[in-house]
Amino acid sequence: MANSDAIVGWKTITFGCHILEPGNAANFRTGDWRSQRPVVDKEKCIKCGMCWVFCPDMAYSQDEDGYFVVDLEYCKGCGICAHECPKDAITMVPEEG
Amino acid sequence: MSKRVGIEVSIAIAEAVGLARAEVIPAYPITPQTHIVEHLSEMVANGEVDAEFVPVESEHAAMSCCCGSIAAGARTFTSSSSQGLSLMSEILYIPSTMRLPIVMVVANRAMSAPISIWNDHQDIMVQRDIGWIQTFAENGQEAVDLTLHAFRVAEDRNVSLPMIVNIDGFTLSHVIEPIELPDQEEVDKFLPPFKPRYKLDPRRPISMGPVGIPEVYTEAKVAHDKAMKKAKRYILKAWDEFEEIFGRKYNPVESYRTEDAEVLLVTMGSISETAMTAVDAMRDAGQKVGLLRIRLWRPFPGQEFRKAVGKAKVLAVIDRCLPPGALCGPVGAELRSLFYKIPGAPKIFSFVAGLGGRDVTVERFEEIVDKARAFAKKRPRELYEVIGVREK
Amino acid sequence: MKEVRIHGRGGQGGVTSAELVATAAIAEGKYAQAFPSFGPERRGAPVAAFIRVSDSQIRTREKVYHPDIVMVLDPSLPALVNVAEGLKDDGIVVLNTELSEDEIRDKFGIKSKLAMVDATKIATEELGLPITNTTMLGALLKATGIVNKDALFEALEKRFGRLAEKNKAALDRAYNETVIAG
Repeated sequence: MANSDAIVGWKTITFGCHILEPGNAANFRTGDWRSQRPVVDKEKCIKCGMCWVFCPDMAYSQDEDGYFVVDLEYCKGCGICAHECPKDAITMVPEEG
Repeated sequence: MSKRVGIEVSIAIAEAVGLARAEVIPAYPITPQTHIVEHLSEMVANGEVDAEFVPVESEHAAMSCCCGSIAAGARTFTSSSSQGLSLMSEILYIPSTMRLPIVMVVANRAMSAPISIWNDHQDIMVQRDIGWIQTFAENGQEAVDLTLHAFRVAEDRNVSLPMIVNIDGFTLSHVIEPIELPDQEEVDKFLPPFKPRYKLDPRRPISMGPVGIPEVYTEAKVAHDKAMKKAKRYILKAWDEFEEIFGRKYNPVESYRTEDAEVLLVTMGSISETAMTAVDAMRDAGQKVGLLRIRLWRPFPGQEFRKAVGKAKVLAVIDRCLPPGALCGPVGAELRSLFYKIPGAPKIFSFVAGLGGRDVTVERFEEIVDKARAFAKKRPRELYEVIGVREK
Repeated sequence: MKEVRIHGRGGQGGVTSAELVATAAIAEGKYAQAFPSFGPERRGAPVAAFIRVSDSQIRTREKVYHPDIVMVLDPSLPALVNVAEGLKDDGIVVLNTELSEDEIRDKFGIKSKLAMVDATKIATEELGLPITNTTMLGALLKATGIVNKDALFEALEKRFGRLAEKNKAALDRAYNETVIAG
């Protein structure tokens, strides 16, 4: 509920404080919390998908060629993917500015 | 047609829960609630009720399980007492603000220490502010009727709040007495199937129980408070509908021989019956004494109570609870707030009686009325008095 | 309104006899309450159960302090417990005993009206067990007529099913053998 849309009066707050829109976490662009981002070296990547398994924000998805790519709109830069990658194919690179 | 039977009140409550077609019953046994859930588990095992009985490992688990089943849209019932109710405490605040209409019967019992399995209202007063609708039964018939009423009110989509029916442990729960048990057809007429406003359903996913940051927590709690206050209308409406079908009329506050009364006793729960007998005796002796019985405790029916007091000058309020260090018992405090700075307000005197199974007899009520009269002439030093306590 | 106190030992069925009388009275259209002495019941310990029967609605939740009738299931109890405590002046004590009236008055100092029957003997012969709760109801009926015997038999049948016949026979025999004195 970090979004300012959630700041409502008691008359308009949802019934029982329920979240009625499924998957509404997608509305929260958490990518801007990031101070470092993962960069995948496709030379080393074996497409095992461990990054996809471990990513706590489900920011990884598979592209047409079978590589796993991160969605920087949601990646918080936690580095778990880099830590778990069995081939050390992922490097965390500081965000600039 | 309903049938009049001699039956233990606990068993009759279980029968009522069966007639209400409860679907999930997670419960953990504790004296004096035991017979209610024991009988329900038997009814489920015998196939008399099409429900899931969940023999949980604690009251904390019972209430957690209730939250799950009610959120999934199943009519849910449980029951507890005393320390068991307190073990639920962490969970009890959750279904109320989340608007999940669980129904619970609490067989009221003292809180340890010292260990006491006997009746008073200390267990439920610990849970006074959990935001559940709460009623108190005076006798076995009411225990049954209020249980049915609780399902009707709690599940009303305009209310959608959990509800507790308080019955005095032992003094009601373990007594065999005549009770009109309604039949299935009548109950079905009164109680439509449970159709929640929202439920957890994979076909239409929603989330229940998110975090409430400081910017929304207050609003969530105010929404809950407003829902409680709005609920009164539907509580009364359900009692009207109950009367139409079953012929028994219930009010949030009941008056007994209050006409021209100078002193009014104020009671809650099963001592109200003995209080009526005491009022009869005092009236026979020419005293202008009446009785107000509070049936609806939360939301508190302030308007109805003020009206019921009429022109009486003295209220003798009996609490079955002694909160150490407080100014007076919770019912006394509630009524003092109600009448604060109201012109012509009665003098309110607070008494504590009937703790941990101590009997409140006709003589005790007479003593309370005498003391209230004396206090009206000479203000007492303390805001409450414990009745029948030995000094040495 | 009639108020009854039943003395027994935990496990002797005092609560059941209270229940039987109350349900029979309610089936007759009367008002009744039956309740145990609230608390942890322990097998063998002296315990009490209570009954109220009335033609009008009963509006009290007090314990029974001044019974009209006291019924004692176990012959050893009057020596341990003051069974006549609080008994009304015109009250009656219904005892399971093999003693005579004089022996009872002498030994236990009970001054009130008495109803006496050797229920242990009857129960042992009729039921094969010295459990006297239903047998003693025969003495209670003879001494007080607190409920109708047919209604009581019906309550027995509901409660005991095929075992009811033996209980009814024991009850009947106790009814016939009960001696009332004083």
